[in-house]
Amino acid sequence: MPRAKVQRKSTAIDMTAMCDVSFLLLTFFILTATARQPDPLEVTTPTSTYKFKVPDKDIAILSIGKGKVFYEIVGQDIRKATLDKMGERYKIKFTPEQRERFGVIGAFGVPMASLPGFIDMDGEQRTKFLKNATGIPADSTDNQLSEWLLQSRNAVAELHQAQMRVTIRGDGAEEYPVVKKIVAILQKQKINKFSLITSTE
Amino acid sequence: MAELDTSSGGGKKGGKVRSKKASTKVDLTAMVDLAFLLITFFMLTTSLSKPIAMDIAKPDMEDNDVKLELRESETMTILLGKNNKVAWYMGLAGSQPHIEGFGEIRKSILKNKDDLMKARRRQLIVIIKPTDGSNYKNFVDIMDELNITGIKTAPAIDDVYITDGEKDAMKAAGIL
Repeated sequence: MPRAKVQRKSTAIDMTAMCDVSFLLLTFFILTATARQPDPLEVTTPTSTYKFKVPDKDIAILSIGKGKVFYEIVGQDIRKATLDKMGERYKIKFTPEQRERFGVIGAFGVPMASLPGFIDMDGEQRTKFLKNATGIPADSTDNQLSEWLLQSRNAVAELHQAQMRVTIRGDGAEEYPVVKKIVAILQKQKINKFSLITSTE
Repeated sequence: MAELDTSSGGGKKGGKVRSKKASTKVDLTAMVDLAFLLITFFMLTTSLSKPIAMDIAKPDMEDNDVKLELRESETMTILLGKNNKVAWYMGLAGSQPHIEGFGEIRKSILKNKDDLMKARRRQLIVIIKPTDGSNYKNFVDIMDELNITGIKTAPAIDDVYITDGEKDAMKAAGIL
């Protein structure tokens, strides 16, 4: 009598379904992840135990570090509208192409006069340029920062019917008087409530 | 990956030489590994990179009609000085302020808060006065301490009116 043969099973597992699922998840996470643009101004934010997350629309971020101020408006439509208003205010004509390009620029720190040239640069040149940029002028004689804030607030109010939240991203080692100066500019515009951006501990 | 040959072949001998059929199965293990690695990366970066906002409310600068009346026995004034030091005192300026570092200030706030609660059942009011010698981190830290110690009343942030008495005391301690 022949011995009963034990049926040997294959050790290979079908990975197709698992692969499908994992790539579906991967696609989901890639699409939901917001690409963070590199910050031209190197800032180390202090830590805190607060829990409130920074909203991702209708905000403007003021980066303060090494005595310089950079400004970032969130949202392409707001950026374009703000640029229009600033162009009107400072009598600078921006071409439709420049307007389009400004929509994708994150934080910047250049005076109004050199802004058109800055927009025309390509990404790499811009990064290099911002390394040595002076920041946005915020003295009492030529307070462009205040103007930027005002125009972007108007743009948010017109386009989104919301109040713009002003946030300050300061470097931990920054001297307090610099921060005080910026806060004074905010308070001149009756922005008495603002947020400080910190990182989790 | 090595796959065990479990086909029950080997029976045919001397048959026609057939062209071998290549298996259509592709080994997906490496691909799945990679996919999960990327998933992990995206999951971690999306949830961790979100910064935290700390809300600050300051009194209106032009609206001088509103005077904030504080009872001196219920206020604690914290002056931020240089070298990561703070000076604090209870009530009116004049008494010698206590000079402390950021490590001890939490205990002092909690002690003052509890003492006041026991003695009068009132909430402690804190006034923060950052001086020019302090840096931004000190300011964020002290606001964070207030959050940790559970000071519910909105702290008054005053960087304009720093009295001469306070300045002298801080100078004497070498933190201004």
